[in-house]
Amino acid sequence: MSTPVMLGLPTMPPAAPRGVGNLRGEEKFPAAARRALADTQLRRNLGKATTTIRAKRAQVVAELPDWEELREAGRQLKVHTMAHLPEYLAQLEAAVTARGGVVHWARDANEANAIVIDLVRGKGVDEVVKVKSMATQEIGLNEALEAVGIAAFETDLAELIVQLGHDKPSHILVPAIHRNRAEIREIFLREMGDVDPALTDEPAALAAAARQHLRRKFLSAKIAISGANFGIAETGTLGVVESEGNGRMCLTLPDTLITIMGIEKLVPRWQDLEVFLQLLPRSSTGERMNPYTSMWTGVTPADGPREFHLILLDNGRTGVLADAEGRDALNCIRCSACLNVCPVYERTGGHAYGSVYPGPIGAILSPLLTGIEDNASLPYASSLCGACYDVCPVKINIPEILVHLRAQHTETYAEEHRVPSAEASAMTAAAWVMSNPKRWTLALRSGRLGRVLGRKRDAIGEVPLPLAKQWTDARDFARPPKQTFRDWWAAEHGGER
Amino acid sequence: MRVALFITCLADAMFPEVGKATVRVLERLGQVVEFPAEQTCCGQMHVNTGYQKQALPLVERFVKVFSPYDAIVAPSGSCVGSVRHQHSMIAKRFGSPELVQQVDPVAAKTYELSEFLVDVLGVTDVGAYFPHRVTYHPTCHSLRMLRVGDKPIALLRAVDALELVELPAADQCCGFGGTFAIKNADTSTAMLADKMHNVLDTGAEICTAGDSSCLMHIGGGLSRIRAGSKTLHLAQILAATREDTVL
Repeated sequence: MSTPVMLGLPTMPPAAPRGVGNLRGEEKFPAAARRALADTQLRRNLGKATTTIRAKRAQVVAELPDWEELREAGRQLKVHTMAHLPEYLAQLEAAVTARGGVVHWARDANEANAIVIDLVRGKGVDEVVKVKSMATQEIGLNEALEAVGIAAFETDLAELIVQLGHDKPSHILVPAIHRNRAEIREIFLREMGDVDPALTDEPAALAAAARQHLRRKFLSAKIAISGANFGIAETGTLGVVESEGNGRMCLTLPDTLITIMGIEKLVPRWQDLEVFLQLLPRSSTGERMNPYTSMWTGVTPADGPREFHLILLDNGRTGVLADAEGRDALNCIRCSACLNVCPVYERTGGHAYGSVYPGPIGAILSPLLTGIEDNASLPYASSLCGACYDVCPVKINIPEILVHLRAQHTETYAEEHRVPSAEASAMTAAAWVMSNPKRWTLALRSGRLGRVLGRKRDAIGEVPLPLAKQWTDARDFARPPKQTFRDWWAAEHGGER
Repeated sequence: MRVALFITCLADAMFPEVGKATVRVLERLGQVVEFPAEQTCCGQMHVNTGYQKQALPLVERFVKVFSPYDAIVAPSGSCVGSVRHQHSMIAKRFGSPELVQQVDPVAAKTYELSEFLVDVLGVTDVGAYFPHRVTYHPTCHSLRMLRVGDKPIALLRAVDALELVELPAADQCCGFGGTFAIKNADTSTAMLADKMHNVLDTGAEICTAGDSSCLMHIGGGLSRIRAGSKTLHLAQILAATREDTVL
């Protein structure tokens, strides 16, 4: 990776810090995935949910004759914004301030959490309501608030299920996708003090129970905390896109609103929403139009919150911007279409990725934000099938960035270790053999050992050796041929052997 | 037109019948096929596993060996995808200015077999005879990197006596993914299980595709469970005739 240079001195913007937030898992992807794959209930829940959302998305996308032009417009808007991020951020800050808001800058998760804690303490309250927000999950805000005795109540139905279940979100858009109705009913009965014991697992009954549980919180809360889908530099307007209306309750009822927005969520102009408000609902929920789109600009006397604070969060994003081959990951609008089409995500679910950002976008975004050394197994959690790139509404070439991060990983390893890894030695040896046809021809003839192994069934069964075992655990290996193609060709056409 | 066969390292070592079948189909259609023996590998395994620098000599070799030809044909969507989409990246990152200039023209005349037959030769009926029930798996790189679309289906439809049955959830990856199959063996196997389930649901004797690698994976799974169905490369079906059957 090239090192950015500032004022003649090479500098590297810091990664998202360790010890705070939810960007790092406790184990490597293959180990976490193995456990998830054995969970039959999870497999069924995920298979059903992703198949349904995939079909809905495909249907509503096919309705738009200019879908490809929209995607290209979305991509170009994002690329332009990222290329001029400092100017647009300054413009946003000025516009928000002019409309009576207060802008705070947070270098990382710790700073953002500290700003929120100070603001909440300043109001003398110990409860806040929350709108569904990936940024606050990323920085571990709920945990940070809890540690100082402030209770945060999630009001999005799925986030509520996750919170009551002492669980973690497993999908960007549908955080409780790994739960089915029966499991949700059990969680409500166990954790909601005020629930009717005769609660059924009908979706309407579950939603009604949650509504009743939350209503009191909306009416009593003094402070709401939200994320933002968009921040408009031109006007200082913030926007949240949601399906339930709980977000709008939080954004309008409490006296104080605190919004935490990643610095990449910026768009230059109000007009740009025309593109994104078409791309986002069709890509995420498979809807033509979003049910609740709330927009607010600073504070308005006698309407909505009386105090508005905007926290602009970096947490590794400037470092991603400095990575020429990885920076497109910042263009993500968090629609999660890539999760729903990913054959890996469909089978392992989100928890296996260890980060709040799972699936293909998480496999690039998480290691980009934390530095490759802390999420080194994620770029390999993909068969590079390309389905994610096909559906991405802003055309992020996820497979290419995965390959870039794999190279970053092996190259970082090589720089830090004097002895190459076994894999690196094997790859170097393979390249040495394959860069010379004579060596390659000789190497091919060593396949004869395999012919002995495979003689019984004309196929090779289980081989209890490292690597070979990884393949032959579930798959026979083809018995090598008597003659390679090049030997056959030489025999047929003469020429050197 | 000077036509070169790029056999791919996998077919060279493990599936020579795929190469022989490719030659047979092309010769039947009047092409003179050459096999430059100096060829080795496209370098995709290295690039996709994170060893881009090690792929450089392979990219250099590919460009040097195949530049003189008018068309390069390979029985693999994946390797052609690598030539078209990765070679210029490797050249720009590690190669000489000359290599950067040379990679794109060579990539532009490198074709996957069904592309060459349908787009370059303008043929869908290659005169094949294959009296079996067949389902087609569109491999990810053929489908999404090369956009071969319905070309392989058109070729299969024109095969005499072949019964083509649609594969459910055909566009889903089989779970091979190169070293993914080793590094994430459990997830790869879970994907394979669903692919095999869909293949067996069709009642097809043969699952065909344009990539030996994916077929090695699917075929290895079918063989392990003694499924009775097996895999065969598209080239082998297209090469089969009444006189020269492959099964």
